[in-house]
Amino acid sequence: MLRRTALALAGLPLLLFSGLSGALHAHEHEVRVGDLVITQPWSRATPPGARVGGGYLQVRNTGSAPDRLLSGTMAVAGRVEIHEMRMDGQVMRMRALEQGLVIPPGRTVELRPGGYHVMFMELQRPLVSGETVVGTLVFERAGQVQVQYRVGAAGAGPDGQPHRH
Amino acid sequence: MMTARLPFPQSRRRRVWLKPLGVTLALSLVTAVAAVWLWLHPPTPLPSDASAAIGGRFNLTDEDGRAFSSDSLAGRPFALYFGFTHCPDVCPTSMSDMARLLEALGPAAAEFRVYFVSVDPERDTPELLRTYTDLFHPRLIGLTGTADEIRHVARLYHAFYAKVPTGAGDYTMDHTATIYLMAPDGRFAGTIAYGESDATALEKLRRLVGRGTGSGGRG
Repeated sequence: MLRRTALALAGLPLLLFSGLSGALHAHEHEVRVGDLVITQPWSRATPPGARVGGGYLQVRNTGSAPDRLLSGTMAVAGRVEIHEMRMDGQVMRMRALEQGLVIPPGRTVELRPGGYHVMFMELQRPLVSGETVVGTLVFERAGQVQVQYRVGAAGAGPDGQPHRH
Repeated sequence: MMTARLPFPQSRRRRVWLKPLGVTLALSLVTAVAAVWLWLHPPTPLPSDASAAIGGRFNLTDEDGRAFSSDSLAGRPFALYFGFTHCPDVCPTSMSDMARLLEALGPAAAEFRVYFVSVDPERDTPELLRTYTDLFHPRLIGLTGTADEIRHVARLYHAFYAKVPTGAGDYTMDHTATIYLMAPDGRFAGTIAYGESDATALEKLRRLVGRGTGSGGRG
């Protein structure tokens, strides 16, 4: 009896935690195309009126030849580009990767805030925290693949929670 | 003296004079182009280089569309950031960091404000800025202004920004991504860099906010 209560008490925070993060994190979204494995595409809520958003994910190349992420589409974006953000001293600079993003064989490339991202342009409506938006990614070798971006809070990290350093 | 005795015909001597003239003209042109370029792209020293010179008086428009004067900040510490609402990455990250830090500061920072100065006044209306900053925290306040007013504030803070075309008539902005911390006397008190740890940033903010609320303290 006592043991059961203790177990229940111990389990409670776990349950609460999974309840909190579960909404956004219920199952890790993974898609395969050719030699590539794409994990956990996510995005962030955008303010009303904003016309851009960022898409983030991880791509693992299990093959022996390099591939290249060239472009994509997203249901509520007029246009999609692959961008790189980098800090040049204290200055943030963002550029479209005209030649695409190379995914070397045997490596995982992460698109995340502060680095590479799929840039959603000409958004037709804001992205809302908690929703899922559908898009495609186009790779040079592997071809086209459909992905689902889970939208977290504005400024969120991959788990939908505010990110921490 | 020597040139007078040179046996060159008149026409040849004239050309000898033309050469330095051409060089002078070319150098003037280069100088002029450089001057115009520098005027359009003023150099941006890093904030840490000249702390004494960072900050100053400015006039902008707040997120409610009202005139905002930096004079209203006198006697209170504040933080200031340059960004734009169409920024997909660094601005939301920094603003959500600030929101979390404001919460961590607790009631001591009830009067502390973080100002988000738009470097994209073309698109950032007061209304859009209010919606944007409120997404993160009510104590984040958006400021915008005319192109000249924004340029003035950016110069005061030694902040860099530049429009970068992204095709199809669209554009993005490169910009300094530093949080400027300003003391109650309006002087520069330090920065929080992009990606700085929560612990360090919180320590800096606590010190700054403490200066404003401490009574009869260290002046």
